[in-house]
Order: sequence, then C-alpha cells, then structure tokens
Amino acid sequence: MTQFQEKTAITRIERLTDDIFRMTLESYEIASAAKPGQFVMIRTGSGKDPLLRRPFSISQVSNGKYFQILFKVIGRGTSLLAHCREGESLSVIGPLGSGFHIKCGATNCLVGGGMGIAPLLFLAKSMSRKCTVKPPLVVLGARNKEELAPLIKDFKELGLHVHAATDDGSLGTHGLVTDVLKDLDFDSPTEVSVCGPTPMMTAVHFFCKEKNLGCQVSMETAMACGIGACLGCIVPLAEGGYAHACSDGPVFDAKELLWQIR
Amino acid sequence: MANSLTADLQVSIGSLKLKNPVMTASGTFGYAREFEPYVNLHRLGAVVVKGISLQPRMGNPPPRIVETSCGMLNAIGLENVGVERFITEKMVSLQDINVPVLVNILGDSLGEYREIAKRLNGVPGIAGIEVNISCPNVKKGGVAFGTVPEMAAAVTGAVKEESSVPVLVKLSPNVTDITVIAKAVEEAGADGISLINTLIGMAIDYKSRRPKIANVIGGLSGPAIKPVALRMVYQVSQVVSIPVIGIGGIETYEDVLEFMLAGATAVQIGTANFVNPRASEEAVEGLDHYVNEQKISSIRDIIGGLVL
Repeated sequence: MTQFQEKTAITRIERLTDDIFRMTLESYEIASAAKPGQFVMIRTGSGKDPLLRRPFSISQVSNGKYFQILFKVIGRGTSLLAHCREGESLSVIGPLGSGFHIKCGATNCLVGGGMGIAPLLFLAKSMSRKCTVKPPLVVLGARNKEELAPLIKDFKELGLHVHAATDDGSLGTHGLVTDVLKDLDFDSPTEVSVCGPTPMMTAVHFFCKEKNLGCQVSMETAMACGIGACLGCIVPLAEGGYAHACSDGPVFDAKELLWQIR
Repeated sequence: MANSLTADLQVSIGSLKLKNPVMTASGTFGYAREFEPYVNLHRLGAVVVKGISLQPRMGNPPPRIVETSCGMLNAIGLENVGVERFITEKMVSLQDINVPVLVNILGDSLGEYREIAKRLNGVPGIAGIEVNISCPNVKKGGVAFGTVPEMAAAVTGAVKEESSVPVLVKLSPNVTDITVIAKAVEEAGADGISLINTLIGMAIDYKSRRPKIANVIGGLSGPAIKPVALRMVYQVSQVVSIPVIGIGGIETYEDVLEFMLAGATAVQIGTANFVNPRASEEAVEGLDHYVNEQKISSIRDIIGGLVL
C-alpha cells in the first residue's frame, strides 16, 4: 500500500458551473502512485468544525505531480473548498482504495452520472493509453446541459465519442444513461465501469446483469477516515454482511453487492 | 525532531510500563497496522486495538456515522472478527510491532467476558486488557454492565481472574455518578480506569424527518465532548488511587497536558486519528518538546497538577 499524508498546494481552481468546481493539487507522491478509481481524503478547513475529511475521487493526474478533483458544493466542507485560493495548501491523504480493473481485451463502456463522472476521466485516459485497439464507449449523464457540457469536454479532448443523457433533454438523450445503453450494441464481451448516484448504478447493474455484461461500480458512502479504521463506510454484500468502501473498494464487481430497487 | 525523544515521558499503569502517556483509543486505530503508512508505531505509548467479542459481529446497517458540530456520531455496532480470528490473524501480525498492544474486549454476558479473557490469556504480544463495559450500541448487555456498579465490579473481577496482564476498565459517561462506578471497578481489582467512552447522542435530518444514522442513536465523540471528559477524569481521579486514562476529544499535546493536569496518568487519542492519522505521534513529539523546554524533570510531575 502506497499512501501519503501530504500538505499539497492548490495550483488551480476552476469554476465550471455555478456550483461545480475543478481543483488541481500538486503532490508528486500522490499523483505518481494514483490509479483510476482511487480517491483522496481532504481536510477542507483547519479548525475543528467541520471536523472530518471529505473523500474525493481522483479525476486526472498530469505531469507526474498534479492531480485533480471535481466537486459540487453541497455542504460546508465543499463550500470551504470552493472558497480556497490558488497557492493555498490543503492536507490530503491518498491515494486510497482499490482502482478499476482495466481489461483491454473487452469492449469497455464507461458510464458516469453527475460528480461520478470524475474518476471515469482518469480511467478513460488510462484506457486510451493502454488499450489502443478499441477506444472505450462513454455514456455520461447529468441534470442538464450546463452541468454536463463542461464535463464532457475533457473526454472529447481525448478523442472519445460521448453519448450524453440529461434529465431535461437539454443535451443528448432526454432521459437516463440506461436509455442510452439500451440503444448501444454490445456484441462482444463488454466490461461496464460505472460511477454515479446509487439509483443510477443500481439501474446499470440490472441492465448489465440482463445483458450478461461485466460491471464494476465505484461506491460512494460517508466515511470518517478513508483508511479502514472507522468502519463507517459499509456497503451491503449479496452474500450477506458488509464490505468497507474505503479499503475493500471503492470499486467493486457489481455482482458482489446487494442492490435494492427503491 | 527525529532524535529528540530525550525527555522523561514514562508512566506506569499497574505493571505496565509505557514510554510515554499517549495511547490510541479502541475502535479508532483499527488493528494498528492500518496506520503504519502514517505513524511510527513504536513511538507511541501503547495501542488499543478494535473491540473484540467472543463471536464475530457484523455490526449495524448503514448509515453508521455522521458528522456533527465539532464531532461525530457513530453506531458501528461493534463490528469485529471475533476472538479466534483476532488471535490467529490480527495478533500474529502484531508480534513485532514494538509497542505495547492492549486488547479491548466486550461481551453480552459475564460468561462471555470471562471466556474472551481466558482465550486471550497467555497469547504472546498482549500487554494488557481493556474491558469495554460502556459501548452504547448493543441493545443488551453493554450498557447495563457500565451503569450498575455491582455488575461493573462483577465483570472486572471475572476478567481479572482470567488475566495475567494488567486490566483496564473503560467506563461509560452515560451515568448519573461516574465516581460510583469507578470506585466499584477499583475495588474489584482493576489496574486502571479508561474514560470516557462516547456520549449517547442523536442527529436528525429535518427534510427527510429521519435519523441520520440507522441505529437512531449513536455515540458522540471528538472535540465536542472534551469538556465533559475532562470533568469526569477530574472527578474520578479524586476518588480512586489507580491510574486514570483520559479519553475524549484529545488531538494535540496541549489536550494531553490538560487531561494529565486533571488527574490522568495516560491518555487515549480517538476520533482525531480519523482526521489526522499522525495525531498520536505528533502528540508524543509535542509532549517531548514541552517537557524539555519547560525543564520538567518528568511528565509524571504533571499528573493531577491542577492549580485551584
């Protein structure tokens, strides 16, 4: 296990929409050890409130020393991050957890929703480099065009074709990512890699199960430590019992988890 | 500060000699190896590993934790691998750890406590036992042992009978008068008293009208509980003569000093490990620096040194 606790400098912070930000941090140790699907725990303030670190997927690494995270302002922690300035430093622990399995022999399909798109960019980059024969299919969904367009841009820059789906139909298919998946041809062995809200991942899991496609999911749960100590970040397993998202995941074979339709 | 550990930071709990008073609290430090990427484990006074029961426990359903003001609520439900797997898998990997390992134990009945203690007795590498009579998350057993003096004493006596290493008893703060429980476990033979465990609390999401953790109620920890912990450590140290190990919202060496002034011989760092995995080692470094700088001959001179 290669993990580090680092003071990392914020080298760039970009506002992509009203409430979505992209932050670039500098850490040779974290950037050079990171694999797609891994995450970092960031201390968003210096005081005792908010107390706990927040988990963020690594969305990209570059030049061997920079890594990026993508976040939406949803609470006090992310609000503090949004107000950080370039040049300030943050305490970061990472890279943590397991990454996605990259199977170049298969047709790869990346399915992301909302902020869950973040780790898929890192995965798409790795696949583009390693799996030169077949570029991955990319299906991305979000609420609307404003939210989705800036996230799609990075994938297009990799030369990938992106199938978009929005809740309001303002970009791509009017509907869910599963509505896009239904119209795609999966004639060869396919590995679907998913990250997004739980209802979306549940729907994709059942779609893959029906079509007999491989499916790996990146789970997001509340967690206090990220390093296997607090035992707070459990995900229910199909066979009973729990796995820990931070140390056993966050990427799991979807078949191993217990999925409930709500 | 790599070679500066020169100050006299040694403290004793019964026959257990610690090179410094900083321990890690059960349930916040895994089985210690999880922290190896961040902490030089041998620099710590001792580590207390995750609570162990006779049989493995799956723990509570999610969500198990939620952040609250200056703290967090948890209802993990004592998830652990059980005493047999603990001995064969976890304890084996802790043989060469070079820091005293204390094993926190818990049970649903007097017999269970006795059985776990018996099973752990003589296992190489175990420097002490900490008896958890205070976890608020298990519906039967746990709470009653920690809240009724006679039962607290009975558990202490049973574990003492089966153990050849020092036995600490970890008290619940969720009682009317903690000094009564403390005196009861001292009389029953405890070598030290750890306090406090978490305070029972609750968090509600008004939008969904639901509790924020699945167990509805959970244990509050972190900086939010420090004043309560300090008060209880102070009160208990006034009435017992065995060492008190202070726990509750400790993160820095300044916090450690405050608890020692209140009467603690040693301390345990808990929730802070989640926020800063290096907190325990940094506290040791800070104490070392402080004792040197203040030209204090021994950190033991701080214990109970509160000026009134």
